[in-house]
Order: sequence, then structure tokens, then C-alpha cells
Amino acid sequence: MYVAVKGGEKAIERAHRLLASRRRGDAAVAEIDPTQIEAQLRLAVDRVMGESSLYDGGLAALAIKQARGDLIEAIFLVRAYRTTLPRFGYAEPVETGSMTIRRRISATYKDMPGGQILGPTFDYTHRLLDFALAAANEPPAPVQADALSPQAMPRVCDILAEDGLIEAVGDAEAPVGDLTRDPLAFPAPRDLRLQNLARGDEGFLLSLAYSTQRGYGRTHPFVGELRFGEVEVEFFVEEVGFAVPLGTVELTECDMVNQFKGSDTAPPQFTRGYGLVFGQAERKAMSMALVDRALRSGELAEEGSAPARDEEFVLSHSDNVQATGFVEHLKLPHYVDFQAELALLRQLRREFGKARPADIAGEAE
Amino acid sequence: MTSPRETIEGYNFAYLDEQTKRMIRRALLKAVAIPGYQVPFASREMPMPFGWGTGGVQVTAAILGPADVLKVIDQGSDDTTNAVSIRKFFERTAGVRTTTRTQEATLIQTRHRIPEAVLREDQILVFQVPIPEPLRFLEPRETETRKMHALEEYGLMHVKLYEDIARHGHIATTYAYPVKVAGRYLMDPSPTPKFDNPKMHMSAALQLFGAGREKRLYAVPPHTPVVSLDFEDHPFEVTQFDKACALCGAEGVYLDEIVLDDSGERLFACSDTDFCGSRRADGHVGAQGATPAGRLIAGEDD
Repeated sequence: MYVAVKGGEKAIERAHRLLASRRRGDAAVAEIDPTQIEAQLRLAVDRVMGESSLYDGGLAALAIKQARGDLIEAIFLVRAYRTTLPRFGYAEPVETGSMTIRRRISATYKDMPGGQILGPTFDYTHRLLDFALAAANEPPAPVQADALSPQAMPRVCDILAEDGLIEAVGDAEAPVGDLTRDPLAFPAPRDLRLQNLARGDEGFLLSLAYSTQRGYGRTHPFVGELRFGEVEVEFFVEEVGFAVPLGTVELTECDMVNQFKGSDTAPPQFTRGYGLVFGQAERKAMSMALVDRALRSGELAEEGSAPARDEEFVLSHSDNVQATGFVEHLKLPHYVDFQAELALLRQLRREFGKARPADIAGEAE
Repeated sequence: MTSPRETIEGYNFAYLDEQTKRMIRRALLKAVAIPGYQVPFASREMPMPFGWGTGGVQVTAAILGPADVLKVIDQGSDDTTNAVSIRKFFERTAGVRTTTRTQEATLIQTRHRIPEAVLREDQILVFQVPIPEPLRFLEPRETETRKMHALEEYGLMHVKLYEDIARHGHIATTYAYPVKVAGRYLMDPSPTPKFDNPKMHMSAALQLFGAGREKRLYAVPPHTPVVSLDFEDHPFEVTQFDKACALCGAEGVYLDEIVLDDSGERLFACSDTDFCGSRRADGHVGAQGATPAGRLIAGEDD
């Protein structure tokens, strides 16, 4: 006798209870604290802050803990929380030119005002597993520079711009869109494209950026500059009539300098691809800059098509919260539609069998 | 029907803030004014994943009032995991009364089905939509499909249906079967089986469609013609089942095929569990339904 499936509510509740227990893992092992995640898994925290578009290391760390280390799940948690927060306005544009530099390199000049500052980087490390790290291991204190005189660090692209060798930036006074408040429409202006890329999935952008290097929409890039450090965020308060500082955020900025032979309307000059991401996220900032430049191929009248140049393709598929939701929704029941397809398939096979009885008979043996 | 419950603290009624609800209601008004037209809206991240009903949830959240009685179904059933999850979400965030009875509900959120019972003027049906654009799988670009809608250029869809006929002798689309609304816009009825398409036609209930990930809303106002695309010599045909429901004996309803054992024994039963349960409560018995009605699909939660 058939008894239909029931008790979904109870099953869900118990599945979630099991999940909470699995998240905790072996009770004999000390429980991880979000402050440890925030301090020691900083790059994971940075990624969650960037792709969730919420600069809050504590919340990001909590989300990583709750998500059992699944960063896309953590990004989703923070995004869902972010939508419930009231908006009281938009900050003034940050001035990355006056960033407190932690790291700043250029691949186009050996030296420039302010110099190259390596800062904390995996670059040039040998990727050898350090077994000593398996035990508690206090690293030596970092070396302090004697007297690092606070030197001006102009952006490399500004130096190029003085000679007119690189294109001018867009209108700084133009209004800036916000795709979390207005749905994206195509064709999308560059400000919205950049917002989309800044929130976009690091892996997706990395692969697209890589594809441009392998000939699918080549951009001839040089890293003009990559800088990481703190900038001050200011907010204009109507009541007092001036901008007040709210605090600082860590940012990674990448200026990609790209070859451009000129077109009917534009002289030969370098063009720009731009990347800006919360925290230290160099792979993401560089990928973003490469894809930003690739997406400008239409405006620069470059010929040929490639995935990274296809605005609708890139912008519609960059968001990992959307992507993971839709891919994983295939786990939901689809048996009503499947039933309709089953009926159709049976009908098609019947008709096929009538037309070619020998084939179906042969198959049955 | 459940009574109102304690709601979770720290969140507005029905989760969304009032500004967001107002934005969605404005988009809904536009959608109702232009039947079948996809209205872009600034869809929010919801605490459930995109693709799991965020569009429907946002529509429901925007129009839900404290006096509403909510029913949530998935695949026609109130007991599928996602329907349970969404119903619980509104119990916790809005504290509204919920029900599994189609007749008692003022607001029904659904995925993949339209209830068998005829809906009334004082009811609203909210659909969860994955891909709102009926032309999407023929033309992937939004810039192109919007142009096609603007010009009412739907030849591509007719060619697709024609190719089905040329190849199979009949149209081989079984769900998300395209419809034309109020004689103007081509519309995706969401992935409901085409069996349900005729129920949309001239329905007394307002039908609202929400696609969260794709950021689109659309609507079929009450008493609006909804016509499934077809050809004069190949008219639209509703899926026919040559069986009655094994539990309640209903004919002319949509049936789920349930595999009973590994020797291929199957049972066909109503996909609409409330419809089936109500019939059995009224004394209807199907071929394999000769058991106390309460034990079967309409059984109480244990």
C-alpha cells in the first residue's frame, strides 16, 4: 500500500540540526573563533567582503565560520544580511592617490616617485609546504624601515597622462549608477560594469581575464600599477555642510595599461583597464582590470568577438550568488515537468516504433 | 489553518523594508497595466538562494498583509521541502496565518503548478519564475529579445513550434509552453506543465510572476485572455492522462507518476495534494485508495 511522502518540515529541521553539529566537527578540537578567522584567514575575509559588497571583517569572519569555510556560501550570507541594512547615503569618492600604501608595484617602470614597495606578498615565495606551521609557530617580527619618510606616491597612470600617452579618464562628475538599486540594463555604462565586476566571482573573472591573454579578445596589457593600502572614507553630511571622515577601508587597486593602435576617431595611445576591490585581492583586481578593458572593445572599435568582450555574457554570469543559486536549484523537485517530459518521450518512442518497428524490436532484445 | 505565530525580531514585517516593498509594488502596478510585459525591478538578495523562489518570495512579501492567509505549493504539493521552507519563512517574518487549503488561501505562492480548484477574484496566485524570457533559448541576448517584444516580432517562436511539427508531427513542448497575453505580449507561464495553461485564461484571480535572479516581474490581470501558441491545423492540446488518480479517482487532473518498487510497479496520483485530500475527505476513493484517508497524502503532520 502506498503512503505519500510527508513530514518535510521535520526532516528539514533535523537536517539543519545535523548540519550545525557537522559544522562544529569533533568536539575534542577547540572551536574556532571568528576573531581568529578575521586575523589569520584575512584573505578569505577580504574575498567575502569584496564579493558580498559589505566592508565588515567581523561579519565576514562569522559568515565563514557559519558556512564551514565555503566562501560562496559566506558571501551569500553577508549579501542577504546586507539587503536588510538601511541606506543613509553614498560616500564621497575615495582618493586612492593618497592611499596609505602597504604594497605598491609597477611592471612598467623600474622606479618611480615613491618607489616600489613589495609589502606582504606571496610573490617570489617558493610554494613549499611549511611543516613547521603545523605546530604553533611564532614568526619573527617584521623589520621596521629606519625612517620611511612619507613620500608622495602619484599613480603611474597620472604620470603617463601628463604626456598625453594614455587616454583621459571619464567624467569624474558624472552620476554613478548602483545596480543593487536599479536593475542592470544593456548596454551598460562603464560605472555599472565596474560595479558588477567588483562584486563578481573571482574565479569567473580570473578565467575570463586568462582567456584574453590566450587570444580570446587580446588586450596587450601591462600592470601600470598595483597598490594596496588604506584610504579614508568620507561622507557629506547635509546638516553640517561638509564631508566628515567615517573611517578607513583597505583597498587593492590595479591600473592596467593596454596598447592601442588608434582608430578613425582616436589617436594611438595607451588605454586603461581598471580594477578596485576591498581588502588585499590582487588576483581579483588584476582580473577585473583585464576584463574591464576587454569589455571596452566596442567603444574602442576593436574588431572580433570573444567571451570576455561580450558584455551581456560577462555581466549576466559574473555574480556567484546568482550562479550558485540557479545551478543548485536543480536539486529542487522537478517531477511535474519531468512527468510531462516522460509522457512526451513515451509518445515519441511509440511513434518512432510505428514508423520503424524493426529498430525498436531489435533494441528490446 | 495555522494561527499567527511569534515573528523573529530585528526584521520588518515580511522581511523586506517598506521602501523595497514600495519599489516592488510600483513595478507590479506597471506589470498589471501592461499584461505579459516583463518589468525590470531592483531584485534584492533574499535569505534563500536565487533560483529557489526569490522572485515569488519578493512579490509575496511586497503584497502580503497581516489579514492574508498564505498557501505555498511546489509541484502542486504543500509538503515538498521548498514549499515548507518558504511557508515557514513567512510564518517567521510576517506571522501570517498559513493553510494548505486552496479555498481558504487569499495568497498562493506556487512553483510549477496551478491548483486544480478554480481560483476566485479574492485570491492572488504568485508564480516563481526561473527564466522570464520566453524567447531566451531561441535568442540569448536581452538586447535582442527586448527589441523583439517591442516590435511584437514573435516569428522565431512560431518557427520553433513549426520545426517540432515537421520533425515529430506535433508540438514537442510540454512545460513552459509559450502563451500570448491579451493579444499582445508573448509570455512564459513559468515551468508549469502546459496542462495548466488553460487555467490562466480569463482567470478570476490576479496572477503575478516574479523572477528574482533575472530581476523581472510580470502579471496577468483578472479576466485576461491567455492563449497558448498554436497553428490552425495543429491546435494546442492539453496533456491527457489515460488514468484516474489511484487515490481519489479524479479524472482530468494532473497526475504524478510514483515508482513503487524496483520491478517497475507504478502508481499515478494527483499532483495537487490538497485537491486529492479534499476529494477523499468527501468520500471519493480511487483504485488503490481504500485506506483511511487521513493516512494518505492529506494526512496530518506527525
